[in-house]
Amino acid sequence: MSSAHVALRGVTKTFPAGAGGHAVHAVGPVDFSIRQGEFFAVVGPSGCGKSTLLELIAGLTPATEGQIEFEGRVIENEIPDGIGVVFQEDACFPWLSVRENVEFGLRKATLGPEEKARRVHDAIAMMGLGEFARSYPAQLSGGMRQRVCIARTLVAKPRLLLLDEPFGALDQQTRLLMGDEVLRLWREIGATVFLITHALDEAAMLADRIAVMSARPGTVIDMVETHWPRERDSRIVERENFGAMTSRLWKTLREESMKTMGRASAAP
Amino acid sequence: MRRVRLYQISVIAGLLLLLEALCLAGAIDKITMPPPHRIAIDFVKLLITGKLYREIGQSLANVLLAFGSAYFVGIVTGTVLHAYKTVRETLDPLFATYYAIPVFAFYPLFIVIFGLGDGPQVLIGFLLGVVAVIVTTLNGLDRVPRVLRKTASICRMSPFETAIHVTLPFCAPYLLTAAKLALAYAFIGVIGSEFIMARSGMGYEIGYAYTNFDNATMYPLILLILLLSIIMNGVLTHWEKVLLARRGQH
Repeated sequence: MSSAHVALRGVTKTFPAGAGGHAVHAVGPVDFSIRQGEFFAVVGPSGCGKSTLLELIAGLTPATEGQIEFEGRVIENEIPDGIGVVFQEDACFPWLSVRENVEFGLRKATLGPEEKARRVHDAIAMMGLGEFARSYPAQLSGGMRQRVCIARTLVAKPRLLLLDEPFGALDQQTRLLMGDEVLRLWREIGATVFLITHALDEAAMLADRIAVMSARPGTVIDMVETHWPRERDSRIVERENFGAMTSRLWKTLREESMKTMGRASAAP
Repeated sequence: MRRVRLYQISVIAGLLLLLEALCLAGAIDKITMPPPHRIAIDFVKLLITGKLYREIGQSLANVLLAFGSAYFVGIVTGTVLHAYKTVRETLDPLFATYYAIPVFAFYPLFIVIFGLGDGPQVLIGFLLGVVAVIVTTLNGLDRVPRVLRKTASICRMSPFETAIHVTLPFCAPYLLTAAKLALAYAFIGVIGSEFIMARSGMGYEIGYAYTNFDNATMYPLILLILLLSIIMNGVLTHWEKVLLARRGQH
């Protein structure tokens, strides 16, 4: 965990004015870097540009100003190789079985058929979907469908894994268990992870470092280092200093969240 | 489901029995319509003797040609228009009013241009179907979740690959609806134009039999068109149901 795997320098994003509207300054300027193999989370009030920030890093949308580097190369007008994204929304292809969905992640990979089959089998097994390989997404629960999407992302062995509120649609217990899964996978695959979440406890439990974003236009207003051991799971919430960590995050975010809701700061 | 199917069969059987009774009782005279059992016998004879095989084959080939071309051109045009918003918005009024245009009125013009061969019939079948396919394709493409397109982008797929592997497969149920419409319009266009002005084909034979009071030819041909249309539509509907069931939609 040393060199910068991802670096953002003076990055801003402004969406041009639509018909009858005005331009929206969504993000920035933002400057930070993510270390190789780090689990990095971003929290912020609704509409602060968290997902836009993820799309900028993924190369799905170009920055208006500034520069984003991944492994030392500037991301410009194309999706860089080695990036995988898990979205909050259900991104399973409903016409494909679980196995075919996972295979889809290797469509552009230059691997032999045996290696492809092995990787697909491993990814499905890793996500505990072995007995559902021939099922269709409609036959699975929301949590299982999200695991299919994670398997499809992991099968390509990304070096940078971007997670956009991947557990947003799940219940609290499933979220905790999925959090454990993500931590286990992070240790196994050794990728750098960039997590967007609105859940402060989720960020505090999973991340090595947490960036707190302001209300729109989103900028980084605090950077919190958790100092958790690499070998950790959801039981970390039992630690004494876990509460202090989430309190600090909330203290920073409360004012920003109120701005988003159009309210002035309340007493102490 | 089985009960619904039973009801459907019962309704059809009931209507046929009623028609049979009305014909046999003389409420419907023989020149207007023979009883259904007589039509069935004539139908079997028509198929066994094979005297109209050439006409049947010609019409079906034209229907398939009109259907295939309307379907292919409609899907490609719909996909391209979906990518070019301004062109789509420019053409939207045409699509909205297209079916108010009586395409059959242009038949003489098509004969002048293409001659008395099969061209005008196929063109009318094509023109009737193509816009329905374009509109249905656009309708399906509008419903593709943005997250699926983003997933394709992350997998570094080109716009063409995204269309082939993501957006069009997502639209498969809509494309099957488009196929049903294109097929229905192809039958209407081809058989209808044969009936009006052509010198051969099933439509022409129906018209010829009609003017000669030849019910033994006219009704079996109508029955054949009806059966072919129902069978082809039934296959597409079944396929559509399988796709929707796989996606958890019934």
